[in-house]
Amino acid sequence: MNFLYDYTYYLGAFGLVFIGLYVILTRKNLIRVIIGLSLLETGVNLFLVSLGYVRGGTAPIFSGSGTEAAGMVDPIPQALVLTSIVIGMAVLALALSLAIRLYRHAGTIDLAKIRGQRW
Amino acid sequence: MRKIALLVPLAVIAAGALAVLAEIPFGDRKGEVGEYYLREGRDQTGAVNIITSVVVGYRGFDTLGEVTILFTAAVGVGAVLKFAKKSGKDTGYRPSSLILRTGCRLLFPLIILVGAYIFLHGHLTPGGGFPGGAVMASAWLLVYLGCRERRISARAAGAVESASGAAFVLAGLAGLVGGGYFLANFLPCGVAGTLFSAGIIPVIYVLIGFKVGAELAGIIDNLLLESG
Repeated sequence: MNFLYDYTYYLGAFGLVFIGLYVILTRKNLIRVIIGLSLLETGVNLFLVSLGYVRGGTAPIFSGSGTEAAGMVDPIPQALVLTSIVIGMAVLALALSLAIRLYRHAGTIDLAKIRGQRW
Repeated sequence: MRKIALLVPLAVIAAGALAVLAEIPFGDRKGEVGEYYLREGRDQTGAVNIITSVVVGYRGFDTLGEVTILFTAAVGVGAVLKFAKKSGKDTGYRPSSLILRTGCRLLFPLIILVGAYIFLHGHLTPGGGFPGGAVMASAWLLVYLGCRERRISARAAGAVESASGAAFVLAGLAGLVGGGYFLANFLPCGVAGTLFSAGIIPVIYVLIGFKVGAELAGIIDNLLLESG
């Protein structure tokens, strides 16, 4: 029980990762595969942020006099996730534009149908 | 059948992940580097937002790489969609109503203002160049959705993007001259917590804000109008 209480964030983050993996592996619609990729990435980001959490910690921003360094969460995972979110957005945009291009070329975004076509 | 078969490897991966997760304590301090940044970050970089001092101060070179990745993706989107044959005319396009157009015109400068606020205060409050740029790009998204007769000029977006990217590198080179290493914080740090503090950090975040805003607006332009 204590495990579940303590690890809610980890389990939630990995739940998202596995939902994303399942979607990527099972769906044939390319847009849904891209949505799965995005879900997986969100799960990984959540996991990284929850790794940096310190019990009772505040955001690592000095505001006013009541905040001190000892009571703040780890800033490094947050800074890295900032990078990861931006790169994920770039990958998403590129994947969607490739999907548009594929639709123009093949007339469908169903991967099962595209596989059988001759290019 | 295939879906049920897939659940087996997924379950194996899940069991492995769970075994590892049980070893990682939740809510404990795990690294000394983070503690060091928290203790020294405000005095060393002058930024009260420690995440900003990590992103732009300690790991500024990494951020330059990140901006480059975003630039590459924007170029990729443009290249992939440009080579597709272009219809040239907007099919099924009707001018939007007066309410939509007026609303867009009213909201557009306000959204730009919010974006500028977010990246100007990146060293003081949550936010910074990346979210601020994204907010500015969302103003363009509003224009595209609301009143499509206006569109961003690709040449202007490209000019803003290249100018701010080049200025980022130039700021790094100025640090090489003034502080001894690339992206050194050579400007005075000022009083922590005020707008004009943290030396080079707000300058770089403003540049990143413009660059990200222009790139995302360009991506929106490509995705919405090339496919429309």
